[in-house]
Amino acid sequence: MSEQPTTTATPPAPPAGPDLLVAAEVRKEFGGLVAVNDLTFTIPGRAIVSLIGPNGAGKTTFFNTLTGLYKVTDGEITFDGEDVTNKPPHAITERGVGRTFQNIRLFNQMTALENVLVGMHARLSGGILGSVFGLPRVRREEREARERARELLTYAGLGRVDDELAESLSYGDQRRLEVARALATEPKLLLLDEPTAGMNPQETVTFMEFVSKLREERPVSILLIEHDMKVVMGISDRVTVLDYGEKIAEGTPQEIQKDERVIEAYLGKGATQ
Amino acid sequence: MARRRDRARGAYRSYRSQAANRSGVNTLRGEWRKLPGPVRTFTPIVILLTIAILYPFYLSSLPTGNVPLIYSFPSVRSMVTILVFTTMAVGLNVVVGYCGLLDLGYVAFYAIGAYTAGWLASGQFQQVNFHFGSVGISRDARGIHISIWLVLIIAALLTAYGGVLIGLPTLRLRGDYLAIVTLGFGEIIPQFVRNADSLHGFDLTHGTFGISPIDSPGFGNRLHTAVGLPSAYSQEFTADRLFFWTALALLLVTIFCCIRLRDSRLGRAWIAIREDETAAGAMGIPLMRTKTWAYAIGAFFGGAAGAFIASFNAGAFPSQFSFNISVFLLCMVILGGMGSIWGVVVAGVILSWLNVEGLANIGTWLNNNIFPQSHQIEVAKYQFGIYGIIIVLMMMFRPQGLIPEARRKREIEEGTRGALDEPLYEMRGANEPGAGERGSGGPIPRG
Repeated sequence: MSEQPTTTATPPAPPAGPDLLVAAEVRKEFGGLVAVNDLTFTIPGRAIVSLIGPNGAGKTTFFNTLTGLYKVTDGEITFDGEDVTNKPPHAITERGVGRTFQNIRLFNQMTALENVLVGMHARLSGGILGSVFGLPRVRREEREARERARELLTYAGLGRVDDELAESLSYGDQRRLEVARALATEPKLLLLDEPTAGMNPQETVTFMEFVSKLREERPVSILLIEHDMKVVMGISDRVTVLDYGEKIAEGTPQEIQKDERVIEAYLGKGATQ
Repeated sequence: MARRRDRARGAYRSYRSQAANRSGVNTLRGEWRKLPGPVRTFTPIVILLTIAILYPFYLSSLPTGNVPLIYSFPSVRSMVTILVFTTMAVGLNVVVGYCGLLDLGYVAFYAIGAYTAGWLASGQFQQVNFHFGSVGISRDARGIHISIWLVLIIAALLTAYGGVLIGLPTLRLRGDYLAIVTLGFGEIIPQFVRNADSLHGFDLTHGTFGISPIDSPGFGNRLHTAVGLPSAYSQEFTADRLFFWTALALLLVTIFCCIRLRDSRLGRAWIAIREDETAAGAMGIPLMRTKTWAYAIGAFFGGAAGAFIASFNAGAFPSQFSFNISVFLLCMVILGGMGSIWGVVVAGVILSWLNVEGLANIGTWLNNNIFPQSHQIEVAKYQFGIYGIIIVLMMMFRPQGLIPEARRKREIEEGTRGALDEPLYEMRGANEPGAGERGSGGPIPRG
């Protein structure tokens, strides 16, 4: 198919091989409400995949089943060849799924650096006795962790805020800190839940550039949730559209932009005629 | 930790030196700040510690009988109780202050610790005759008699295990529900102790009479003759002093461990759970395990303190373990500043002192000096009303506690690392109440 002029960079072709994440017929019901209706969804390695849909389409619910926050009613989720269905959140994070939240959920009374250090929790091993007695091994690990955390903050564009409390950061910086914290978990898959919500257009552009840089520089796949189609079109390898908990379209951004059902879901019936 | 603070002080100094005119005090302050970091960190600690350690020696030369307001200084015997309760408050601070788990049943851990000492260092179990490092009692005395030093550790470990057992089913609950369940456990344990004097004919706790006497700590005859250490506290003329120093050591060890844990990977995880449990889980922190550890560590120190005070009182009685103690310890944590170790220590000492003898002494002084002979008031009778008023006033005027946790204070004092970020101070200054934008709506409450 022909390349559209709107696409900024040609994304590197995802390597062939098994998908990083496979969600097979995932279903989530809240009482009588079907929030996610037998959704099948895959994420290839080192790709940027987007999940879009109008408000209330079930995007975040699906997201929360992937990260273990919600238990699925039915279906199976496989990550990196391992069944992670209904595993607790920390176990899924340990296997390499990092996430941010739609409404920023930082540890407000902790400094930016400490927030990132918390993200490293599963990658560190310092135990109680080692910490109390200050064993050299634990001290070294702490020192290195701090060093790494500083690098991550710089990487996320947060140079001089190490000792600032998270709650005193600006909104854009808090979003960046959430990403830095998620990266600290050393994810193979990074889930970003409406990361540009509340950002102005300029901040959105800067942030999306950061996301594509991430994919190029780190061995990580990214799943983006957005309700704003424009945001994801430029950088996604593949877009999936949800409406009322069901997948109504899937394909490249170009295909999605032309899809009648998508336009209908977003603009209402009649817009296609 | 210290390094971070130094950096902040460095930044603070350069900020201060611009603004402050150089009066005598400021010069002195400037000189103080030039001293190397460790000196500045440890000097106040060493001074305070010296004052504390020497207390039994200079107490007799302090004025007594009509000291303004406090009437007289606490006796060494009272100080032991004060220190032990402060130790428990520091332990509870791990659960409530760090991990944000409201525990209304901490007294259960105190009870488990005390009764462990009762079982392992007294004549409670007449069926056996087991001695291990016991001091100050006849070799033929029946019962289990293990060295109190060892009992302290066993009691702490056993109580920590009890904490895990209580924690596993309850820690799935959040907030108020957890508080109610812990409240239940806090009531169950003393009730059990009161009634467990005939478990199928087996006397486990000696019912309402409690277990007494419990052995006293000591170092044994060999160390006594070799280095002059007391062989058994109870046989010494200065037993109270020895208990005082031991209690002080117990408190210091507890503080040390809690500081180390706070700054560790586990401590960060606790605080993260306190701040946002969902986010903490999503960052790879196993919630149940981490919360259970907080419970176990809190219980550990509660158990050690309980065992120690049982040895000090030479007995463990069910009437000691009332719900009031749980609330009282919680008050110390809240009053001191949740999560702030030094705050909890200060509040613990003040509140325990009020409880042990302070209120009565203040009452005596007021009756002698303020109230007329015809209107004498027994202040100690109004104890709980007074505590209530203290808590209400604190919540109104200083909700962050006497000495707020460093991270909360940092918000006000500190900018970023390095002294180059001067503009940040201006911005911060503008955010402070009264410094800028006066009249435009006042300060925005944080948090």
